[in-house]
Amino acid sequence: MSKSKRTTFSIFTLPALAALAVGLSAAGIARAGGEVTLLNVSYDPTRELWRDLNANFAARYEKEKGVKVNIKQSHGGSSTQARSVIDGLDADVTTLASFLDTDAIRKKGLIKAGWVERLPNKSRPYVSTIVFVVRKGNPKGIKDWPDLVKPGIAIVTPNPKTSGNGYISFFAAWGSVILRGGTRQQAIDFVTKLYQQVPVLDSGARGATTTFVQKKIGDVHLAWENEAYLEVREAKGALEVVVPPISILAEPQVAVVDANVDKKKTRDAAEAYLKFTYTDEAQEIFAKHFYRPSNDAILKKHQDIFKPGLKLFAITEIAKDWPDAHKQLIGDGSVFDSIYKPR
Amino acid sequence: MSRSLNRRVLPGFSLTLGYTVFYLSVLVLIPIVACFIKAGTLSFHDFWHAVWTERARAAYRLTFGAAAIAAVINLILGLLLGWVLVRYKFPGKRLIDSLVDLPLALPTAVGGLVYSSLYVEQGWLGRFLVPLGIQGAYTRFGIVLVLVFVGLPFVVRTVQPVLEDLDPEYEEAGASLGGTRWQTFKNVIFPTLKPALITGFALAFARGIGEYGSVVFVSGNMPYKTEIAPILIVARLEEFAYGEATAIAVVLLVISFAMLVVINLLERASVRHER
Repeated sequence: MSKSKRTTFSIFTLPALAALAVGLSAAGIARAGGEVTLLNVSYDPTRELWRDLNANFAARYEKEKGVKVNIKQSHGGSSTQARSVIDGLDADVTTLASFLDTDAIRKKGLIKAGWVERLPNKSRPYVSTIVFVVRKGNPKGIKDWPDLVKPGIAIVTPNPKTSGNGYISFFAAWGSVILRGGTRQQAIDFVTKLYQQVPVLDSGARGATTTFVQKKIGDVHLAWENEAYLEVREAKGALEVVVPPISILAEPQVAVVDANVDKKKTRDAAEAYLKFTYTDEAQEIFAKHFYRPSNDAILKKHQDIFKPGLKLFAITEIAKDWPDAHKQLIGDGSVFDSIYKPR
Repeated sequence: MSRSLNRRVLPGFSLTLGYTVFYLSVLVLIPIVACFIKAGTLSFHDFWHAVWTERARAAYRLTFGAAAIAAVINLILGLLLGWVLVRYKFPGKRLIDSLVDLPLALPTAVGGLVYSSLYVEQGWLGRFLVPLGIQGAYTRFGIVLVLVFVGLPFVVRTVQPVLEDLDPEYEEAGASLGGTRWQTFKNVIFPTLKPALITGFALAFARGIGEYGSVVFVSGNMPYKTEIAPILIVARLEEFAYGEATAIAVVLLVISFAMLVVINLLERASVRHER
């Protein structure tokens, strides 16, 4: 009896003491120069990338400003993340996969208009693209987009309706026809054929990777460039990356969420955080994680990965902008809808 | 006179009713009303356009069809399993009994991933089944399979207590009166079990309609073929079209509610019939 009483005592006192200690030390730091907590809301594959960047930024900021920054991360499907911010998740900055997602937050008034021009290179510290992952030795000889629609090729790519990876792959396939002088009808024919050879439409990028790698379905996987290299590295020789001659310029953009940083008084740290991503130090980290640095000199330094032969086309070459491309090609009643016929 | 009519046998009626109404409102009614209000922000034309396309109808048919087939299978399997667990003694019975609840505890996405991995051409089961023409992954059959999995506990758990209360003496009486085994089952056991079976069926069916996590991994999500209605909701959310997404949810809710009401009526009728 007395023993159990003692146990109860220690169970309650330990956390209390710990909390007290944390409280005291936090107060101490606050007096010495302050402590800031930032929340970075990002998309799925960027977990390891931002963990690296955060550690480097925190060290630098503490040295320069004497302020300790504690950065929290949130990851998920890009537009799911955008909806969380719209619905009240306290993000200080967003680092989402697509303009569409960041701009949806702007439409709710949480990010100020003109956010794209607030940071260098249209608020893109890095860019990315879509490449092919094939089985070892490339048995089906897939080198370029037209190879995908040859008979007997099965393509793995997520559902463009539910996945960023999905619609960006669709745009890339579409652009590969248009940018080579194809007509709209030829592009429609190409994507129709391509999607008829997609056996499974996974709902997200990671699901598609599982289908291709673990379940061994399909001959080629249309993947984010950074994911493709990770996938191949983990497959230990069972897969390889094929870089087509042309693909899309994907533009993950970063933004400060104005409404939240003003409320939380974290604007200085949040802005410094995003500016940091353009420094040489951060640009090297992007390259290390297979994201294309926006700094040309550093991009060139990593030519062994980001080979110069790949032409990246901007979304504006196939539509007015991202929303227009999505509406025409993916949205309700679009080209994508016309591919599938009731049967 | 009227006072005594209003009095209940047990005290605390108004208090418990108050709690019940409060919890039901907070947990069920308010979210559902919010759904209807959100869907109500659409004009009739937009609403109709969102919920009644060829593709959406195909998805509703698949969602309700697969859930119904799976619930029927669960009805038969569940009765059998419940019967074995109650009536027979055998080693490992406890273990099997606790296995029944596992589908409820396992995150359904895990269930879906495991099922699809097993039944694909290179999977443990698929390498034998696919050559025989049995495609358990990325087909409608696969959807029914996972819905049977997630709905399994419901019929078992509703039938079990009734079976436990059903004294074997009734069956013996039936037999001694000259009834065949089938007659005993049909006239003695089945009528007693009927309400529990209907309840279990309704629970398994409702679970199947709402299931998303496991189905997305097994179905392959091909429009018109293996695309369930919840996928359409997610697709609309990705476009930040909250109104349209909720509209589809409302249609699902209304159809489900109507079906559950019918099932409840059937259950009542069967209880009354028994009395």
